[in-house]
Amino acid sequence: MSDATTPTPGAYYVPHGTKWPIVGSFGLILTLGGAALWLNEVQVGKFSMFLGIATIVFMMFGWFRTVIGESIGGMYNKQVDTSFRMGMMWFIFSEVMFFAAFFGALFYARTMSVPWIGGEGDGALTNFFLWKGYAPAWPTNGPEHVGGIFETIPAWGVPLLNTLLLLSSGVTVTIAHHALRAGNRKQLLIWLAATVLLGAAFLWYQAHEYMEAYEHLNLTLGSGVYGSTFFMLTGFHGLHVTLGAIMLTVIWLRCAKGHFSKDHHFGFEAVAWYWHFVDVVWLGLFLFVYVL
Amino acid sequence: MANHAATHDDHYAHDDHDHKPTGFLNRWLFTTNHKDIGTLYLVFAFIMVCIGASFSVVIRAELMRPGLQFVQPYFFNQMTTLHALVMIFGAIMPAFVGLANWMIPMQVGAPDMALPRMNNWSFWILPFAFTLLLSTLFMPGGAPAGGWTMYPPLALQGGASVACLVFSVHMMGISSIMGAINIIATILNMRAPGVDLLKMPLFVWSWLITAFLLIAVMPVLAGAVTMLLTDKYFGTSFFNAAGGGDPVMFQHIFWFFGHPEVYIMILPAFGIVSEIIPTFSRKPLFGYQAMVYAIASIAFLSFIVWAHHMFTVGLPLGGELFFMYSTMLIAIPTGVKVFNWVSTMWKGSLTFETPMLWAIGFVILFSIGGFSGIMLALVPADFQYQDTYFVVAHFHYVLVTGAIFSIIGAIYYWWPKWTGKMYNESWGKFHFWWTMVFVNLTFFPQHFLGLAGMPRRIPDYNVAFADWNFISSIGAFGMFLTPLMMFLILYSSKKSGAPAAARAWEGAHGLEWEVPSPAPYHTFSEPPVIGPGMLAHGDVSH
Amino acid sequence: MMRLRSKMGIGAVLAAACNLILCTDALAATSTPQPWQLNMPQGVTQSSHDAYFLHMLALWICVAIGIVVFGAMFYAMFKFRKSKGAVAATFTHNTTAEIIWTVVPILILVAMAAPATTVLINEAYTDQSQMTIKVTGYQWKWGYDYVNWGDKAYHVHFISKLDGDSDRTRQLKSGLDPFAVKTDGEQTYLLNVNHPLVLPTNTKVRFVVTGDDVIHAWWVPALGWKVDAIPGIINDTWTNISEPGIYRGQCAELCGQDHGFMPIVVKAVPPEEFKQWLDQQEAALAAPATPAATPAPAPATPAPTSAAASSNG
Ligand code: HEA
Ligand code: HEA
Ligand code: CUA
Ligand SMILES: [Cu+2]
Repeated sequence: MSDATTPTPGAYYVPHGTKWPIVGSFGLILTLGGAALWLNEVQVGKFSMFLGIATIVFMMFGWFRTVIGESIGGMYNKQVDTSFRMGMMWFIFSEVMFFAAFFGALFYARTMSVPWIGGEGDGALTNFFLWKGYAPAWPTNGPEHVGGIFETIPAWGVPLLNTLLLLSSGVTVTIAHHALRAGNRKQLLIWLAATVLLGAAFLWYQAHEYMEAYEHLNLTLGSGVYGSTFFMLTGFHGLHVTLGAIMLTVIWLRCAKGHFSKDHHFGFEAVAWYWHFVDVVWLGLFLFVYVL
Repeated sequence: MANHAATHDDHYAHDDHDHKPTGFLNRWLFTTNHKDIGTLYLVFAFIMVCIGASFSVVIRAELMRPGLQFVQPYFFNQMTTLHALVMIFGAIMPAFVGLANWMIPMQVGAPDMALPRMNNWSFWILPFAFTLLLSTLFMPGGAPAGGWTMYPPLALQGGASVACLVFSVHMMGISSIMGAINIIATILNMRAPGVDLLKMPLFVWSWLITAFLLIAVMPVLAGAVTMLLTDKYFGTSFFNAAGGGDPVMFQHIFWFFGHPEVYIMILPAFGIVSEIIPTFSRKPLFGYQAMVYAIASIAFLSFIVWAHHMFTVGLPLGGELFFMYSTMLIAIPTGVKVFNWVSTMWKGSLTFETPMLWAIGFVILFSIGGFSGIMLALVPADFQYQDTYFVVAHFHYVLVTGAIFSIIGAIYYWWPKWTGKMYNESWGKFHFWWTMVFVNLTFFPQHFLGLAGMPRRIPDYNVAFADWNFISSIGAFGMFLTPLMMFLILYSSKKSGAPAAARAWEGAHGLEWEVPSPAPYHTFSEPPVIGPGMLAHGDVSH
Repeated sequence: MMRLRSKMGIGAVLAAACNLILCTDALAATSTPQPWQLNMPQGVTQSSHDAYFLHMLALWICVAIGIVVFGAMFYAMFKFRKSKGAVAATFTHNTTAEIIWTVVPILILVAMAAPATTVLINEAYTDQSQMTIKVTGYQWKWGYDYVNWGDKAYHVHFISKLDGDSDRTRQLKSGLDPFAVKTDGEQTYLLNVNHPLVLPTNTKVRFVVTGDDVIHAWWVPALGWKVDAIPGIINDTWTNISEPGIYRGQCAELCGQDHGFMPIVVKAVPPEEFKQWLDQQEAALAAPATPAATPAPAPATPAPTSAAASSNG
């Protein structure tokens, strides 16, 4: 972090040559091409997919090692730092829009398609000619009860607990950030570890809840539009929590190694932003998927 | 440089000389140089144009005469689907990103893109994505055949291609999003001191806003196709009414992406034309700020017009009215742009070099495409137009004579800057006039076909449609020669063109014209000092 | 619409001018597309007249704008050439001009949106229809159910698909000549079916349209609209045909390999003749001992007509 505080030097910083992206591209095609094959029952696909994932992990390691090395070597000026910040912010925005698509599907199903099929508003004829006897409801698996009768997970049990877990993890990561800024490495490590643990606990309960849903409630991905939206939203969210927790773990290790200084720790901040984003998405989920 | 020497390390040292990496792989596979990556994008787009155009030749050959002569209907549908996907995601978007890579750093006085490594990855995902997509042609069950709009349930009837289609769209999405993030960071963070936001060239402005659109809507497309995937392979019911979903829901999500997407393909074109016209009019752009605000309002409106693609799906009356009005509103800011271009030419000192010809062709033919757009927006009339060749004519006017014209114009315009060579002006003009004739032969008669009642996406038709289809096919065959023509013109320029001056065009203004031609491998290693008159819009105060 | 048209005097003049230039009146007489046809048919319903009117209105407005804008541009291109010694001015804006070219287009848009709104509202309501037809799109044929006429429920149901002549000719490399496929002297290649949909004239007919497998779209240009046939969803719309005749159309939503080969033919006959025909069909249906042959859930009671403002024209 040597020249982090030196005023922006006159020269621009431009890295030269990198082989990681092309490795990443091979990783992507192995993963997705493999997944495509697997979905179509070609068994090598599975193998290719895991190889691809491994390649991507390898790529991330290599790429980040280079960047960390450069950062510690003090090669980044203020401008590079700002570029990274913008990059992360806009990446999170794109994630927001990705979730927006699924929230959109949820709202559409709840306020449009289900009432219409159920004969409300413009749907009178749809109901009369095609789905007679179906009354609109939420949760629902549609007039043909796709996936069979199911029960839902009550909001005020595990989901509430998970809300509290994630919210407090948002607090702990902030405390850790303050500790970092105060130069208190010990506090930093403790609170950051607490964050990771809270995230892990969240995932544990989430997994538990999924098992409960599949084994006892007959609530599955195939449970009509309710099951679809429920599992896609919570599933993608869970995936993001998992990634966030992994990133936090990496950051913890980097903190332990002393990679970050009081005022130069963008890696930490980026992951913290991400964690807050995951947090906010959960609040939306809790409200619209569980409570309402 | 001096400052930087402190952190010197051979590998990362900043060379201010024209040091290109040696070796083919080093240069092209591992590059972080915005110019090399720009070139990669453009070459890739060019290859994709050729592939997409070959598909269109299959389409037009089959449609040349009534009766089925060459291909089975199902294969025809694959051609239509791939033609559109390849042209949109493989040709137009990468070509614009390539131009952005080349020009934005030069135009704002930056050394390179803000995130050069990621820039490499944005590009290098694309060849893999299209390999995945095009490989479906050789799979049992063939390529996707449900149209580029991928409407379920039809799209779900595809075989193995569905998963490949979905995953290749994911990859294109990742590429576009990273590319867009890079562009935004470059524009917001890398401008040289003195290049204020409201002094940036319009091409930069148009890309700033386009990049925002990309980040906002590509993830939505990714979400939509993900739902297709789970509906097909994992038993979800998003688009299945029996389970409480709705096939129309896909259309809403798709077009929430799709309409901004079409402006993603035209806003950079607006930027390009706003660069070319002032240069060859030797007169500053008319209404610079109005142009910026017009782009911004088009971008804003593009989020609230999506259902104009769905007027016949049975929207509630209120919805039809809302989307009709909002769609029509787009004519206002677009009109402002057209009028400003004309006013820029007004009382100028005009010359008609090749880039100017493409720009003028753009203004006229794009407007014609826009006019048919406005006609389509009138709901009761759209009940007749929808899904006919009238729509096909509309969007080829805005895409081919809009987006593609601007790309070709941009290439001729900046070619001297890239290569240091002039192209042959007579051949450039010949290319333009040839295209002008054949593009109109191809697409103008399609208006008549649509109005007379010919639906789109059909391989065969009633004999009454034979004549105009024949003419349209002749036009298409003529168009098919244009990529080759352009290649030869540029190739011979590269080999033996006359050397280009730093300011290749007499009336050209802006930072890119202050550096030598060809532009050095690293344009600016230190922020340039902006002198008076160096920026095209440096002293425009309104 | 008459009221509307007289209000839009300019539009009417323009439309008339267009008739002269494009000879569209001649085309309106038949519903089968004609060689070299340039324009939209005027059709035989209020909706189709309205669509035609709006189309011509918008077309001529665009032509006029085009003449002004491109005219100015060409003028500039000839007048302000460097080769003619033109020296560039330096102005970069002109507030008055800018206000004018923002406001005038707004007014023009309103002039188009207003009649479009009226027409759309007129077309939206399917209530007070005298009969109901259920249309179902299948890959790749159409199913028709006559649900009711007046207060009487019917069970007539049939499938309508591409005629044999066209079907043979359209096979890849069939060697047969599409120009040779004719019905009553008209060239009906790919536009003819085995069982046309028979409809009464001068009757408000409601359609309830759905799809069985994928999305199709039911479109007969002479009736003035198309509507998507979506699986699991009913779209309703209506028509009122003014002249007896044969009206041809096609499926207008990509629905798979034979999307181009599922035409629609409407045969409009006077109400009395229609009643006869319908009762005959109903009787023929009752005669064999298997009334359950109707697969569609034809409701015993007439469907609700108050379903109000749903869906489009
Ligand atoms: C670059 C791409 C591009 C652009 C810029 C546009 C621009 C516009 N488009 Fe287009 N459109 C497409 C690409 C594009 N479109 C594609 C690909 C499809 C088909 C998708 C598919 O189904 O596969 C489509 C389909 C499409 C439809 C659906 C048709 C249907 O399926 O039934 C509609 C309907 O409203 C529409 C409207 C418009 C309008 C109003 C504009 C406006 O932005 C145009 C504005 C411009 C002008 C009006 C001209 C200049 C203005 C003036 C000179 C001022 C004065 C003018 C007036 C007052 C009128 N478009
Ligand atoms: C960007 C988009 C784009 C472009 C360029 C084109 C170009 C062409 N298109 Fe297409 N087309 C679409 C987008 C495009 N199209 C879409 C979205 C559809 C709808 C698909 C669907 O229904 O699902 C469609 C559908 C479509 C149809 C209807 C098919 C059907 O309904 O079944 C037809 C039929 O004639 C057609 C023809 C053509 C022809 C003859 C060209 C020719 O103009 C091609 C000739 C070649 C060029 C125009 C290239 C010129 C470029 C250069 C010379 C250099 C450029 C350099 C660089 C990029 C570096 N296209
Ligand atoms: Cu049925 Cu197209
Ligand atoms: Cu649109």
